[in-house]
Amino acid sequence: MTARLDYTIIADLVACGTRVLDLGCGDGELLALLRDRKQTRGMGIELDEKAIYSCVEKGLTVVHGDIDHELADYADKRFDYVILYESLQQVLHPEKVILEALRVGKNVIVGIPNFCQLYARYQICFRGKVPVTDELPYQWYDTPNLRFLSLKDFRLFCRARNIHIQKEIAIVKNSRVTFFPNVFANIGIFLLSKEQK
Amino acid sequence: MLTLQSGLKLGPITLAYETYGTLNADRSNAILICHALSGDAHAAGYHAGDKKPGWWDVMIGPGKALDTNEYFIICSNIIGGCKGSTGPASIDPQTKKPYGLSFPVVTIKDMVVAQKYLIDHLGIKKLLSVAGGSIGGMQVLEWSVLFPETVRSAIVIATNTGHTAQQIAFHEVGRQAIMSDPNWNNGDYYGKVNPSNGVALARMVGHITYMSAESMDNKFGRQLIDKERVGFDFSQDFQVEGYLKYRGDSFVQRFDANSYLYITKAADYFNLAENKSLVEVFKRTAEFFLVLTFTSDWLYPTHQLKDMIKALKINDVDVTSCEINSSYGHDSFLIECNEQESLVKNFLKKVRKEKKGHA
Repeated sequence: MTARLDYTIIADLVACGTRVLDLGCGDGELLALLRDRKQTRGMGIELDEKAIYSCVEKGLTVVHGDIDHELADYADKRFDYVILYESLQQVLHPEKVILEALRVGKNVIVGIPNFCQLYARYQICFRGKVPVTDELPYQWYDTPNLRFLSLKDFRLFCRARNIHIQKEIAIVKNSRVTFFPNVFANIGIFLLSKEQK
Repeated sequence: MLTLQSGLKLGPITLAYETYGTLNADRSNAILICHALSGDAHAAGYHAGDKKPGWWDVMIGPGKALDTNEYFIICSNIIGGCKGSTGPASIDPQTKKPYGLSFPVVTIKDMVVAQKYLIDHLGIKKLLSVAGGSIGGMQVLEWSVLFPETVRSAIVIATNTGHTAQQIAFHEVGRQAIMSDPNWNNGDYYGKVNPSNGVALARMVGHITYMSAESMDNKFGRQLIDKERVGFDFSQDFQVEGYLKYRGDSFVQRFDANSYLYITKAADYFNLAENKSLVEVFKRTAEFFLVLTFTSDWLYPTHQLKDMIKALKINDVDVTSCEINSSYGHDSFLIECNEQESLVKNFLKKVRKEKKGHA
């Protein structure tokens, strides 16, 4: 089975045999992929009850809870990687969560949907509408997303907080974007660490 | 002869137990099931003439979550109980009469120590899992910290690491109901008149705490018992009244009043964090935990186990937790529940697969 490009990119960022915490792990597809390809020891935190059943079915370890609260329970540098993939924009206190993730993880992998992708910009500028795209399929009244940011916003945030971006990979649909990612990418994947490595 | 937590001695001890499935050659597929307040060793299947199967038949059997084609399931009646194991209704070998109140107060720890003798007797060095809900869950927790080297994984359902004031309070109402029945006679009623009213009343109160407001409403609402309108007297009007009376009366037939006192007391004394923090308590424990709670269980609500899950996480124990959406209150774990079945089944599959000592 060929895995999704975004998951493959994340798997490439993760070293073999490491400990991974996936915040908002959903049905556990990514954690299972990391376990199978990189022999990671992974665990997840997930709020959705149904997703927990899928995770346990895949043989994964997962705590039913919410990212905003569960992170405080872990000791410093407890994980090699903490993953926040497409969950950061849904947490109540994203800044706190990132800083906590950087405390409990030696590395943090963040994946965010780009709210300033070209088609989104077009919808705002020319149609006068809040963007609805494949990556951001929700209407204003039913979106689980609490935060709306671009890849550039995230870079600026990291710079202001002295968070080191080791790698940034941008993708659109099923291919990588290197040309003006903040305009053309719909997802940005960042490998972060507290200190420069 | 067992030295109890109180310092008193009890013995000889009989433990009634049942097993289902077959112990494999390397004795690695054994799972101990711990029962709750009114349970017994008969966890699955039918005895001759039974109308109802064992108390966890929804979970135990061929192809079920605790699959008897794969696992060797053991369930024993706790000491202090009245279903074959030594309890207050048993004959005291010294006096040749039933113990009654001369039976020493036993604790959850004592129950577990007694079960350990059974596991040793069966020649099992390592249990694949210990599982149970409510007071059974307390035994699971006690097993996991008292005999960590014997317990590979723990399935902890709808319970608490220590009884709260509210949990103690409901138990005390039950005990007072029994002790205020004149037939109770300071526990000396064997061969005389059973304190049936007290036991039934205790069960009625207990039963209310095992259900949720929603499940009671769904089951009975305000429906009347075979009448068009209320009677304007103190006969029973509502179906819920009849139901509780029925539950109380049928409990009297199968349960010993003194056992009710001893087991509820054991639960009330249970407090893992009595002398040290939960983080300390779980320093040495089972490798894997599955912690299940139910949304409508107001007697043992999910948040009460948060500190335990935290302590397990801090101690680097592999812990999976889930609050299952169910409207049946505390009794949810005894009722057919696909979610519970799937979680337990898949959790055990993982435990079996993972090599011991995995990073």
